[in-house]
Amino acid sequence: MDTKKSTSVSTRSSDPGAVAESAAGLLRELVAHLRQNRTQLREEWARRITRAELLTAMTEEEIFAEATAVYDNYIEALETGSFEALQAYSRRLSERIIPRGVETDEVVGIVLLLRDVLARSLFAKYQEDFGKLNRILDSYEPAANRIANTVAVGFVEERERIIRQQQEAIRELSTPVLQVRERLLILPIIGVIDPQRARQLTEQLLRAIRANRAKVVVIDVTGVAAMDSGVANHLVQTVEASRLLGATVIVTGLSPEIAQTLVTIGVDLSEMATVGDLQGGIEEAERLLADRAIPAPTRETSSENQR
Amino acid sequence: MEVPILRQGQYLIASIQSALTDADLSHLREALIAQVGRSRCRGVIVDVTALDVMDSFAVRTLRDIAHMARLRGAETVIVGIQPDVAFAMVQLGLTLKGVATVLDLEEGLAFLNRRGEERLLETKPKRRDDRG
Repeated sequence: MDTKKSTSVSTRSSDPGAVAESAAGLLRELVAHLRQNRTQLREEWARRITRAELLTAMTEEEIFAEATAVYDNYIEALETGSFEALQAYSRRLSERIIPRGVETDEVVGIVLLLRDVLARSLFAKYQEDFGKLNRILDSYEPAANRIANTVAVGFVEERERIIRQQQEAIRELSTPVLQVRERLLILPIIGVIDPQRARQLTEQLLRAIRANRAKVVVIDVTGVAAMDSGVANHLVQTVEASRLLGATVIVTGLSPEIAQTLVTIGVDLSEMATVGDLQGGIEEAERLLADRAIPAPTRETSSENQR
Repeated sequence: MEVPILRQGQYLIASIQSALTDADLSHLREALIAQVGRSRCRGVIVDVTALDVMDSFAVRTLRDIAHMARLRGAETVIVGIQPDVAFAMVQLGLTLKGVATVLDLEEGLAFLNRRGEERLLETKPKRRDDRG
């Protein structure tokens, strides 16, 4: 068999069909070799994973179980050249291990380790015949690299999917418009405001003003770490739009950093009522409401007292 | 189409029922300002609940109505701007500065009543004593 292989390789340049066939033959031989030594190679791989302190979030048994599955999928992908099964598997694997805190470098690390372990075993098997080793590696390396790629990309894609999902969840959670008492709403904003979220906040607030017939709204931005001119201008627009619906907006909890930024970049907030903290904001709101909402007969007395 | 102008006590109420052309808006302005003097009313309410679009001409006309009515002795309040319309307006920079706006007709009436009282208080500071 060896002689036949070397003949076909010697005619490589003249007969591409033979080369393809021989490459397929080599691959078959390679796969057969990896199947034969499955137990031993798999153990070696699991040992090296532990030694490299990868997948520390998982127990040894789990590592071994996953290693077996990855190993079989790996060989199958090598053999068939079809990556669908591997892709599906790596997606499922990612789903299982991402919640346990496994990092991208660990996943890439173990696949590369497997590639190295298998390559080592090929070196050991073909050390006598350097030419053949080269040809075997020729067919092994592209496939192995592609496998590593597939697994890593599958993992990253799964992570991104989870991140997107969480972003959406956070977005939905993060815009509560609360009614504190009749005609008084509070909108606490927490986290980063991007243009999309700012828009959503405004829409929700305006609807709530209408639905609750609010007169005063306190927007609390204590939980906002940073604000750029775009967001600040959006805030000003929200205040204006609320006024068109007949509600006064009080903004509270502007942090020292945000205050400095806004003044430095020259956003004009002079039209906006701002109060230091949420408590002050609510007190101010109550004052405004008392001023407005007290029915006609008693109103005179109250406003006289204030004067 | 013509906008009906109703009289309710000391106030005039113009309730816009459908989208208006620029000519309709101008006509509304003239009719309102004329009637403010004729009926010696103290307040004007323009109800725009039915409008789901408000362009710059409409906003300017509303502002003009408010300023003109003030010159004729009546306070104006715009009521019923829809949330989406409000946001679209501020994005276009049409903020109706200096014009009172409230949620709906009921609030508008309450607002004008309050303004009337304030005016009374300003002119007759001793009123509290009268009442005991």
